[in-house]
Amino acid sequence: MRTENQKAWFFVLPVLALVAFNALVPMMTVVNYSVQETFGNNQFFWEGLGWFEQILRSDRFQAALGRQFLFTAMILIIEVPLGIIVALSMPRKGFWVPVCLVLMALPMLIPWNVVGSMWNIFTLPKIGLLGYFLNDVLGINYDMTQQPLSAWITVIVMDVWHWTSLVVLLCYAGLVSIPDAYYQAAKIDGASPWSVFRYIQLPKMKTVLTIAVLLRFMDSFNIYTEPFVLTGGGPGNSTTLLSIDLVKIALGQFDLGPAAAMSLIYFAITLLVSWVFYTLMTKDDAQ
Amino acid sequence: MKKRSLIPILYIAFLMLPIYWLVAMSFKTTNEILSGFSLFPQTFTLENYITIFTDPTWYWGYINSITYVTINTVLSICVALPAAYAFSRYRFLGDKQLFFWLLTNRMAPAAVFALPFFQLYSSIHLFDTYLAVALAHTLFNVPLAVWILEGFMRGIPKELDETAYVDGYSFPRFFVTIFLPNIKAGVGVAAFFCFMFSWVEMLLAKTLTAVEAKPIAAVMTRTASSAGYELGLLAAAGTLTIIPGAIVIWFVRNYIARGFAMGRV
Repeated sequence: MRTENQKAWFFVLPVLALVAFNALVPMMTVVNYSVQETFGNNQFFWEGLGWFEQILRSDRFQAALGRQFLFTAMILIIEVPLGIIVALSMPRKGFWVPVCLVLMALPMLIPWNVVGSMWNIFTLPKIGLLGYFLNDVLGINYDMTQQPLSAWITVIVMDVWHWTSLVVLLCYAGLVSIPDAYYQAAKIDGASPWSVFRYIQLPKMKTVLTIAVLLRFMDSFNIYTEPFVLTGGGPGNSTTLLSIDLVKIALGQFDLGPAAAMSLIYFAITLLVSWVFYTLMTKDDAQ
Repeated sequence: MKKRSLIPILYIAFLMLPIYWLVAMSFKTTNEILSGFSLFPQTFTLENYITIFTDPTWYWGYINSITYVTINTVLSICVALPAAYAFSRYRFLGDKQLFFWLLTNRMAPAAVFALPFFQLYSSIHLFDTYLAVALAHTLFNVPLAVWILEGFMRGIPKELDETAYVDGYSFPRFFVTIFLPNIKAGVGVAAFFCFMFSWVEMLLAKTLTAVEAKPIAAVMTRTASSAGYELGLLAAAGTLTIIPGAIVIWFVRNYIARGFAMGRV
């Protein structure tokens, strides 16, 4: 049991100072820009909520937001079930377990821009392994620099390649914590594989699955580097996700006001959806 | 049983294919790459690697990256340890709110922070230093480290603390000589995650540096754009970035699964 002790604040102070410096100062800068207009020379004029209105109404933002939600939804629909399936079929103990885990974790340890470059090299028509295989062996016309659909599929497959292992490792951690006795009991009762999954494995995986879904949501919603390196947001704007669009506005066009307003809306959406996910997934525990 | 192990094998094969292709490319000459498809390097060459290890702009990219990642890891763990201890042992005013607020920083899109960070670190004259990148990365690494360490510390019974106090240990001595050895797996896992997320993050690292502390990613971007189609060199540079990650993960291999679950299973 935890005891009441206000002096514990002293232990938290270093973290608080560090994160406050890193989070509050930039956040206030963003808030500051979001309500002002500037023409350079460090001259600012009060703009009120004008930028927010402009961003929310603009087709460009709505389109990027739509693409972002579509992308994140597809990532969750593919990666979560796939991760569960792989985790369920992994051996529980033995020599191969650490080898499997290390190999599976490897994609997550590669710098994000290298992931983008790697998939670029992998999918080049004529030169890349996948590009060559699809075009010259299977005869499918595939070129992600020209076809929006190919670009989309490539970006999604890349993310599945990059992050499904996170779901696998989390689920696997939940699975190995189930005592053997549970399985023996299920065997004696003659339980089907489905009921073993539904009533023994799934409940045990619930906490870790919550973490997995939350992390996958946040990270895929905030994704920038990998698709930027791979497609640059193209062809056209077809793979311009929210972060890519934001960086284009902020650092490319240097429109500080709209970029700041967009940042705040973006962050608010991430927080809101994370909170909804979290509440929904932990609802049963509270009862 | 055979049928079941097919799924992990297929999955791992899928993971290894792009990595294999990157490594294979790095041993090819530019001519071979551009002349057409070949599954294995026909004229095996180490030229790309030699270029990287002899050109200071290249190898300094790696040294820079490893330097700020190391500073970040040490810094994150040092400040997270006492905080995690407080969260796992005590209730205090605003503890839940504080914990949640820390985690919200993990949710912030890095793109949102790029420009304000640039201005903040320029104004305190830290722009283009290792410390700037290391500090910026604590934004998401410190909350994560606190979260992981708290999970591991909760598993240590409180009686351990109380016995130590009865035996006359001071708090610092208890923490270093008794408590830390008990959660060393947790410290290892937390350090691993800090290393990993700082190593792979590139948007902030690139925004906060220009020449002196330029990370390897920025060097690679330059090659990709200015020197034309030097795919072999790019592939070799990419291959080398996989190695540090592969080394650190080997150290925590027995704790990976539990570590990814943040000690919460």
